[in-house]
Amino acid sequence: MFVAKIRITLRPSILDPQGKAVEHALASLGMTGVSGVRMGKYVELHVDAESEEKARRVTEDVCRKLLANPVMEDFTFEMTRR
Amino acid sequence: MAERAARFGVVVFPGSNCDYDAYYACKKVLGQDAQFLWHKEKDLKGVDAVILPGGFSYGDYLRCGAIARFSPIMQEVLRFAEDGGTVIGICNGFQILVEAGLLPGVLLRNDSLRFVCKYVHLRVENASTRFTTECTPGEVLAIPVAHGDGNYFADPGTIRRLHEKNQIVFRYSEPDGTLTPQANPNGSLENIAGIINEQGNVMGMMPHPERASDAVLGHTDGQKVFRSIIHHIHTTSRAPREENMQWATSAQPK
Repeated sequence: MFVAKIRITLRPSILDPQGKAVEHALASLGMTGVSGVRMGKYVELHVDAESEEKARRVTEDVCRKLLANPVMEDFTFEMTRR
Repeated sequence: MAERAARFGVVVFPGSNCDYDAYYACKKVLGQDAQFLWHKEKDLKGVDAVILPGGFSYGDYLRCGAIARFSPIMQEVLRFAEDGGTVIGICNGFQILVEAGLLPGVLLRNDSLRFVCKYVHLRVENASTRFTTECTPGEVLAIPVAHGDGNYFADPGTIRRLHEKNQIVFRYSEPDGTLTPQANPNGSLENIAGIINEQGNVMGMMPHPERASDAVLGHTDGQKVFRSIIHHIHTTSRAPREENMQWATSAQPK
């Protein structure tokens, strides 16, 4: 059994109004020097597979077909044996 | 001989909330046949046109429309669309169509981060689609929007192709038809409010024509979208088959 820790982020070319709003809130808190806020999603899931390679393939597929929309999002993940 | 009624199928997902409005516009306002199609069904029951209504299918979980696209009924809708069947996605229905890959691009969070619920003006960019023949080119319609994720985005190549094939159907405009940033309620690229696929049988739009269909509610411009579809059905449909006649008599209004 493997655990995939998946991060889904907006592609760099996509504006992130939510990140911008958080950035402005930080500025109004007086927290200067913080910029480039980008919001994303974090997903954890278990993969039943014999090898890490297989688990990675399954996770890629899961991300491509459902978890991320390639028009607007990129994804990365880490895989650990459980 | 009187024309037979056009048969609309309104898909109902868990979380749809404009399904009855669409049904009402087709059935009660325009006097056509309409029936609901539950998302777990695997049969479109011989309808002439499918409506994917507005709402929050599956609670907008993951991304708007992302889960609905995997419903059993959607596999039939995909097949129907591939065969040239008429499909209109309104609001959440538009989001489902882009998630399902039937229309290009994506609908991002509104640039204001706010849910926008108000009447907007739409300029008809293409009045020769089966969804807009009752409009004139450049005509401005008053139709309401109600969404949090209606900010149309696509890469420059996709936008170029939309232009080349005349696939942009509606744009947000001022009442006189001019395109301004102020008339754009959500930050959509090029004020895009509705697009059609290359084949011309699948359209998605963020505004709600069904909410501007009954005169009691103030505006009737939305009727033009449904009247165009009805016109298309009447001018292209073959003589009713026996099983279809059966359908017409067994359909019960809810």
